[in-house]
Amino acid sequence: MVTVAALGVDLGRTPVLRGLDLVVGAGEVVGILGPNGSGKSTLLRVLSTLLPPTTGGGAVLGARLNSAAVHGVRPSIGLVGHESGLHPRLTLLENLRYLAVLTGRPEEQAREALDVAGLTRAAGRRAEQCSQGMRRRADLARILVTEPSLLLLDEPHAALDRSSFGLVDLVVQRVRARDGGVVIVSHDSPRLESLADRLLELDAGRLVPVGSGMVAGGPRW
Amino acid sequence: MVTALAPSPLRQAREVARAELRIEARGGEVLWIITPFGAVALLLVPMAVGPDRPLLAGIGMGMYWVVVLLFGVLVTLRQTASDSSGHLAMLRLAGVPAAARAAGRAAASAVVLLLFETLLLPVAIALYQPDLTGWTWLPVVMLLTAAGLAALGTLAGTLVHGFAGRSSLGPVLVCPLALPLLLGATETLQAVAYGRTPWLWLLVQITTSAIGWLALLLSANAVEESA
Repeated sequence: MVTVAALGVDLGRTPVLRGLDLVVGAGEVVGILGPNGSGKSTLLRVLSTLLPPTTGGGAVLGARLNSAAVHGVRPSIGLVGHESGLHPRLTLLENLRYLAVLTGRPEEQAREALDVAGLTRAAGRRAEQCSQGMRRRADLARILVTEPSLLLLDEPHAALDRSSFGLVDLVVQRVRARDGGVVIVSHDSPRLESLADRLLELDAGRLVPVGSGMVAGGPRW
Repeated sequence: MVTALAPSPLRQAREVARAELRIEARGGEVLWIITPFGAVALLLVPMAVGPDRPLLAGIGMGMYWVVVLLFGVLVTLRQTASDSSGHLAMLRLAGVPAAARAAGRAAASAVVLLLFETLLLPVAIALYQPDLTGWTWLPVVMLLTAAGLAALGTLAGTLVHGFAGRSSLGPVLVCPLALPLLLGATETLQAVAYGRTPWLWLLVQITTSAIGWLALLLSANAVEESA
């Protein structure tokens, strides 16, 4: 699913990731912990092929990063990031239908996904009129529409109430059941432990097994 | 594993255009903000010049096209202004080629621009009472201006996306490039009024529009990946 080696990313002149190695196998869920600003979201953008690495390289779903082949695998990658992928002026149902049509899925899948996400009654509401938690649930519902082979989740539990945590589990399990790979980044260690097969920690731009790293730059209180 | 058959880029472009038009219809920025502002701009000139009917009639269509150009740029740039990086990421991961997305957006912009031109035209006629000889060419000129301006505006909007000063940088980029469109629009009607053939000026408009569309489609991917 994912094989990257000696990956480095600079944002402007600031090095964010350095010499990072990561392998994610089929059906595997990898959890990555790290404090704010450690580069977790940047790593997901690289794995999603939207941000090319500065140094190093690897492959995602068989396509080499930094090559034109990444365009071909993008529809098989699902990303739920900090920022919602929904257009604020479209309703939740319109957003998901739009995605379904663009990716060649049946439009009915949009309504089904919203039903699963518990958003049936909010389907006709514009994304800008929904709470952050509802938008997050609709973003997770996007994954149910596109059924990606590689799922990338950035703080998936953020803004969700406890009763919605099960939706994250469901989305992860569906991808895993199709032998897809999942990478979840978070600073919520207990939630990650319950979902991931393997936990890693982002420490000074590198990935290390949890417990072995000394996460630098954290607050002193 | 379920593999969906991706629709053709043409179908994807059509869907993008449809979504953009729905977003515009819902926001109503062009109808309720930019068009009245354009009408006010048309009104200011007669107020400044005074009740000099022959002068106003002489500059009427020229003023109309100047306002279409300047405010039309705002129409084309409004799309990228409301883009969030999350939504853009979603579209890129949906496998929609950058050129298909750009084409869909530009097509939607052209439709909105045509509406904008149509709404402003009666205002210009009422205020300036211009000579409308050769008015039958007007729909063709309006269509070519909308198509060309939409392509150039969408291209500029993509180029300046993410820049802090994009609201002023965008028009600065588009206006010089759209000059042949403005000249073509005014000169086509002038040519007909003076009994000359308008084809040369129509050709200027067609060429500018074609270059705008080609530049937009060919550069879309490179611009997006380097952003």
